[in-house]
Amino acid sequence: MTWTNPLTLLWQGWARHRDRDRPIRRVVSNLPFEDLKKRDQPNRQYEGNTIKTNKYTLWSFIPMNLFEQFHRMANVYFVGLAILNFVPVVNAFQPEVALIPICVILALTAVKDGWEDFRRYQSDQQLNNMPCFIFSRKQMRLVKRRWKDVRVGDFVRVLSNQIIPADILLLHTSDPNGVCHMETANLDGETNLKQRRVVPGFSTLGKPFQPQTFSSTVVCENPNNNLNVFKGYVERPDKRRTGFGIDSLLLRGCTVRNTDDAAGIVVYTGHETKSMLNNSGPRYKRSKIERKMNTDVLFCVLLLFFMCLIGALGHSIWLETFTTMPSYIVPDRNGNYTPSVLAGFYMFFTMIILLQVMIPVSLYVSIELVKMGQIFFITQDVELYDEELDSRVQCRALNITEDLGQIQYVFSDKTGTLTENKMVFRRCTILGTEYCHDENAARLAVVSGANEEEEDTLYQQTKLPPLFPLEELQDSHTGDKNHANTQVTAANRRRSRVAAGAQSDMAFSTPLETVVVPDRKLMLEVDRQMASILSGPYLDFFLALAICNTVVVSTVTAQRERVKGRSNSAYSGGSFHIMGQWFRKGSLRNIFSSMKFFKRGEDTLADPFAKDEDEPDMFHSSDVSDSTTGQKVISSESEVKRSLSGTEEVCYEAHSPDEAALIHAAKAYGFTMVERTPYYVTVKLPDDTLLKFEVLDVLTFDSTRRRMSIIVRHPHTNEIIMYTKGADSAIMERLGNVFSDMSQVDNVAKQIAVKTQKDLDMYARDGLRTLCFAKKVISEKEFKAWFAIRQEALSAIDEKEERLLDTATYIENNFTLLGATGIEDRLQESVPETIQALRRAGMQVWVLTGDKPETAINIAYSCKLLDHEDLVFTFSTNRKSVCKMRLEDTLGELRRSSLSPGAEVQFRGNNSAFTLMEHSIGLVIDGPTLSMAMSDDLVEQFVELCKHCRAVLCCRVTPLQKSSVVKLIRQKLRVMTLAIGDGANDVNMIQAADVGIGVSGQEGMQAVMASDFAITRFKHLQRLLLVHGHWCYSRLANMVIYFFYKNVAYVNLLFWYQFYCGFSATAMIDYWLMIFFNLLFTSAPPIMFGIMDKEVSDSTLLSLPELYKKGQHSEGYRRSTFWIAILDAFYQSLVCFFIPYWTYNGSDIGIFSFGTPMNTVSLFTIILHLAIEIKSWTVLHWVIMIGSVLVYFIVTLAYSAICTSCNPPSNPYWIMHKQMADPMFYLVCILTTVVALLPRYTLHVLRGTLAPSPHLSARQLERLPPSHREQRIREWRGLRDTCISPSLRSQEHSSSPCPSA
Amino acid sequence: MGKKQADTGPLSRRPDNSAFKQQRLPAWSPSLTAQTVLPTFYILSLVCLFLGVWLLITVQKTHELKVDYTNAGTCEQCFELRKHAINTGTPCTCSVQFYIPQNFLGDVFFYYGLRNFHQNLRRYMDSRDDAQMVGRKNNLKAPSSYCAPFDYGANKVPVAPCGAVANSMFNDSFTVIYYPTNEPEVQVPLYRKGIAWYTDKNVKFRNPPTNNTFTLRQAFEGTIRPLYWQRPVYELDDTDSNNNGFINDDLIVWMREAAFPNFKKLYGVLNRAQGPFNQGLPSGNYSISIIYNFPVEPFQGQKELVISMVTWFGGQNYFLPIAYLVTGGLILVAAIGLTMVFVKVGKKGKNMEE
Repeated sequence: MTWTNPLTLLWQGWARHRDRDRPIRRVVSNLPFEDLKKRDQPNRQYEGNTIKTNKYTLWSFIPMNLFEQFHRMANVYFVGLAILNFVPVVNAFQPEVALIPICVILALTAVKDGWEDFRRYQSDQQLNNMPCFIFSRKQMRLVKRRWKDVRVGDFVRVLSNQIIPADILLLHTSDPNGVCHMETANLDGETNLKQRRVVPGFSTLGKPFQPQTFSSTVVCENPNNNLNVFKGYVERPDKRRTGFGIDSLLLRGCTVRNTDDAAGIVVYTGHETKSMLNNSGPRYKRSKIERKMNTDVLFCVLLLFFMCLIGALGHSIWLETFTTMPSYIVPDRNGNYTPSVLAGFYMFFTMIILLQVMIPVSLYVSIELVKMGQIFFITQDVELYDEELDSRVQCRALNITEDLGQIQYVFSDKTGTLTENKMVFRRCTILGTEYCHDENAARLAVVSGANEEEEDTLYQQTKLPPLFPLEELQDSHTGDKNHANTQVTAANRRRSRVAAGAQSDMAFSTPLETVVVPDRKLMLEVDRQMASILSGPYLDFFLALAICNTVVVSTVTAQRERVKGRSNSAYSGGSFHIMGQWFRKGSLRNIFSSMKFFKRGEDTLADPFAKDEDEPDMFHSSDVSDSTTGQKVISSESEVKRSLSGTEEVCYEAHSPDEAALIHAAKAYGFTMVERTPYYVTVKLPDDTLLKFEVLDVLTFDSTRRRMSIIVRHPHTNEIIMYTKGADSAIMERLGNVFSDMSQVDNVAKQIAVKTQKDLDMYARDGLRTLCFAKKVISEKEFKAWFAIRQEALSAIDEKEERLLDTATYIENNFTLLGATGIEDRLQESVPETIQALRRAGMQVWVLTGDKPETAINIAYSCKLLDHEDLVFTFSTNRKSVCKMRLEDTLGELRRSSLSPGAEVQFRGNNSAFTLMEHSIGLVIDGPTLSMAMSDDLVEQFVELCKHCRAVLCCRVTPLQKSSVVKLIRQKLRVMTLAIGDGANDVNMIQAADVGIGVSGQEGMQAVMASDFAITRFKHLQRLLLVHGHWCYSRLANMVIYFFYKNVAYVNLLFWYQFYCGFSATAMIDYWLMIFFNLLFTSAPPIMFGIMDKEVSDSTLLSLPELYKKGQHSEGYRRSTFWIAILDAFYQSLVCFFIPYWTYNGSDIGIFSFGTPMNTVSLFTIILHLAIEIKSWTVLHWVIMIGSVLVYFIVTLAYSAICTSCNPPSNPYWIMHKQMADPMFYLVCILTTVVALLPRYTLHVLRGTLAPSPHLSARQLERLPPSHREQRIREWRGLRDTCISPSLRSQEHSSSPCPSA
Repeated sequence: MGKKQADTGPLSRRPDNSAFKQQRLPAWSPSLTAQTVLPTFYILSLVCLFLGVWLLITVQKTHELKVDYTNAGTCEQCFELRKHAINTGTPCTCSVQFYIPQNFLGDVFFYYGLRNFHQNLRRYMDSRDDAQMVGRKNNLKAPSSYCAPFDYGANKVPVAPCGAVANSMFNDSFTVIYYPTNEPEVQVPLYRKGIAWYTDKNVKFRNPPTNNTFTLRQAFEGTIRPLYWQRPVYELDDTDSNNNGFINDDLIVWMREAAFPNFKKLYGVLNRAQGPFNQGLPSGNYSISIIYNFPVEPFQGQKELVISMVTWFGGQNYFLPIAYLVTGGLILVAAIGLTMVFVKVGKKGKNMEE
């Protein structure tokens, strides 16, 4: 949205430069200086809060817009020609008339720009005039002002549900704990609440905010666009400094939630706020076709040059033939004749003006229009609409639609892209004992399975098998750890998600994740410990689960409030859909609750279904009657409804889905976190006692340490305890006295560590995400010492991150291992199908993930990236020499095995002969090895290897590596790449690829912001690429080719005429009609063609992904296609010129009378040429095509009737009428059109009959009745498959023949 | 889903499920295979052949005769005389004999033809002032700059009509004489008016306003005749005072620039009212006597008299019928070829279809 005008940029650049001398910003209160003149204000050098994103003002619009438009080469070319026309010796037309095309184009663009700018202006005004409260010293109270009045140093108060007008350092809130909740959905799309807290030492609890007492100076960094980093300190008059970070900054554009009011001092305003700095305009990329097109435009320039040269030489030579000047050679003003050489030189420029249309300048304008149309249709596609998120596909880059149809390599992130990124707690291991949570798995299976059925069947199911058979069933399943099982269910899960959609939007987690069925064995263990001692590793484990996170607790009522606040959004429920989902969900949930009830037995449940506690103990009574269960199901259902409508429920707002899953797991075992403030965490234990931990410090998660810690004081023992969770490697290597000291025998701890590691490996193999939990008891003294250093680091400005990191690593060691968890991140719906389809479409799919190899490989198998028949090479080493050796070995092996090296994956035209490797090869490589393989000496071999691989899986890669892999492949192999990802870690990769796709999901909007297209589900990629990409590509390619043809064909008519008029640059067509010809008569059809033509229907494209290969190999637009089009244009123009010429030669025809049939003929030829190319005719096609012809006749007739002497010297008066009364005119038109189009038409027919391209065959399929079509498609795919990889498939379908033709 | 509901409902951003927006408009997609286009090919070829034959028959009934008189007969001396611009004022007449082998039945048109005269040069074409020719007073006194250097004469007197086109006007005139075998010679009567387009004569070319007291001569007061002209524009036709000034038919015809360097322009139409010319132009001996003014030597050109019959599609034109016949033949060949393709390969294609 944002476009900053160059002047502002300049100003900002200067301001920044001025600020750079002082890398910090000092802000003092404005209050003492109120009413003073501007130059006495202490904060005067900072910008105001007014935002101005419009480029132009009313006055500057025309000059600035023109200035910008002239940055385009095409416009400069046009204007240059127009100016050339004003030079008397070279002009070809009347100078004024020559200005028309450029004026039309400039005016059109200016209107478009102006309108867009006006829209920006309006939205700016709306924002600038929003009300807000600023403290005024004079009135000693808050006064209502507008956003644009806010200045740096002002004190601003924001009420609940209000939008924050500027970046404000939080100094006061109504919350007793000094926190303020903020929703950043406007900024990054994350819907969970963020907690902000008052700068330490300023929380005046309970008291009203008194800004007039604020006498400190705020020192902070200069404005930057990092939303997650902000640092500075407050310096009091007595030079005491208090540090603060991003967690004290309220960001402009965010909304205050759950907090009655918050106040603070403004530090950044207007364009310097973080949100505005983050707002970069739409991205400009140049598509592959456009790059290719530009070279072809150069060919056109060359062609033009030669034609002009011929004209100039011709004119010169022709003049030489005269010894005396005949009366028809007009001398110049003074009666002198120009020397023939000079005349030839002038003629060159005149020719350029005459033949200027050869350079298809209108093509650029048309392409823009076409792409707008294409984007309109992509965003309108209802199949790419996500009901759950209520979002369509977003096209953020406006000019690379056709690149979607040419993708050869797809780089995908795993988490959140292939998977749901909705975590489900699956298993845990505590002190070396594994608890497999079979019941939970059973529940998940039930949910997925049952949800497919109708609701009554659902009840049936729950009634009939009373749990234990189900459980047994599940035991046998989990025993063999069947991958297929997970795959089957994965496909079904989407539905359950949809069913739970409304809830998921509101409370972040679906019941699937929030409700965990506890493990029986573990439950007993916990109970025993609870009963005996109030501490122990099990309790510690769950406490760590419950508090070692950054989850914020909010109440259901708060949720509701929040929902109402977003009245503009779609969440204000109440429609029938939502109601239906509530009911369905209710019925689902009651199953979980009832199941849970059986397990939990006599224990008190800290969940909304606590009323179940007075039910009989089902767990021990194995012979439960069906009827009882049925009753209970129903009764608990009504309770669900009641609880949903009435009681206050604890809701968690988690940053990451992992944390949500863990905290819900803890809750299932009775450890419920009920409150979290910056200073306290309160946990409710299974026996309903509340433990209130004092939070001493939180060491937040970062990607270097890969763990987070919370340091708390235990309320009973008063011990200082640090709970840590993190990636297994990040914890395991920092365990105290396990591996470090071998002499000391601490067998138990060691065994635990070893067993846990074993379990962790097993989890990873199952595709679970693992997290380790550890604790450490810190002595009071040690903590005090450390805390001092920590505080110092906190208030530092320079190298703050490094110092914080150092302090964190210092304290985080000597852990005692508590246990580990395994969380499942389930595959999204249709991921395997999508990957297979992309593959069959000839794309190479790479998955780049930060996960462990085991997890990644598991997911890769389940999403069909790797096949069990595949030959998989795994590269994982720390030594470069080993890496090199392996690379060479593998390559050698591959070269030997492939019969035709260097001929892999080639798509040879129509007969679709594929040569592929016998084996499908997969490559698994991890981050460190990857960086070695990508070093300069090995990179060639690595790329060579990659070319052979059908699938590549990179694990444990950093965001930077992701992008460098993409860049490497893109540059070395010169292929079109696409990167898809959902998280901040994919941003680099998305930006590096030719096409970046963001998945808007759980991880915020950073990926989406960086992307060119944003979708909501991975499966949408299939339709986006195979259907829309293909369409856009073939449409645009065809249109571009057609445009070249059209211009050349038309301009050549003028050129051929030069041979008969002494190369004097005469146009036999009236200049106005020439202008109209391009602007009016023949402009709409190609644009319509580019937007709406449909070669093959979407269903066929989806069922035959092979058709996509056309775009990959650029078959729609090759150099040869271009030259064929140019040759055809030459042929047609010759026909269009010489048939009328021979017809009229020697007759008494006038020059414009001769031009009229020629103009008509070329209109027919050009329109009918397009008609041959159009693949599907809708009403719109007919209207536009016939309309164009009608407009031609109407306009031409009207023009030649009106214009008696309006356009000297070409005088079209009554010529068209005279011509149309002459039968000869029609005879010429018919003959010429037929002869001009005959070759192309015949060629099309021959191609359609003799050698139909895959696309033609596919179109023929569409004519068949549906049943036949299905069968044929299956046959086709079968045939194709056997052709593709004979060795693989021949054993399976040895009977299926492979067409030799 | 109604619009009102769509604004607020949970699925408010769902795209319209309309056929247009989902690109599902009913469409006709032609398939270009031998089978489907064969009828078109055959029909087209038949139509072309038919037209070709019909045109050929028509053309064969028309006759055209060209008499090149550049330096033929007694015109040799005139030709030599006109080589030098000094002799412009010297009158020269000559005559050329010719024979018409067959009767020209019906309307007969007399053209003068020029070879190698480029009326289609850009600078030449531009060198005229249509506004002056419409009779606008202002333009009469101040011709358009397009006319330069033929806009003003000596002493800045405006030229009427200005410009190179008018200046180079063809100014030979002919008298055609018929020598019947047994009778005395007869002058062939020609209509010299009504040879220009009706719209040109009545709309595009007008004289400056005149009335009973204010003559055409007075209207053109203060202008001089073009450089190469022998008479001023208001005295172009001494026989008919209504054919003078800008509305002179010969001038109008000349001012419509020809498309090609070899062209003919209408000179007159046979007046069939009397004598032997009732049926048209009979065969026999003829001669033309020419007042030879127009120099063609500078551009190595030729002058001719063209006598032609005119059919419904213009004069004698063999190209169009032959082109139609050839095209029809080509399409027929293509159609037969496609039929063979269809018979050989189309079977498989047919299988594909079913």
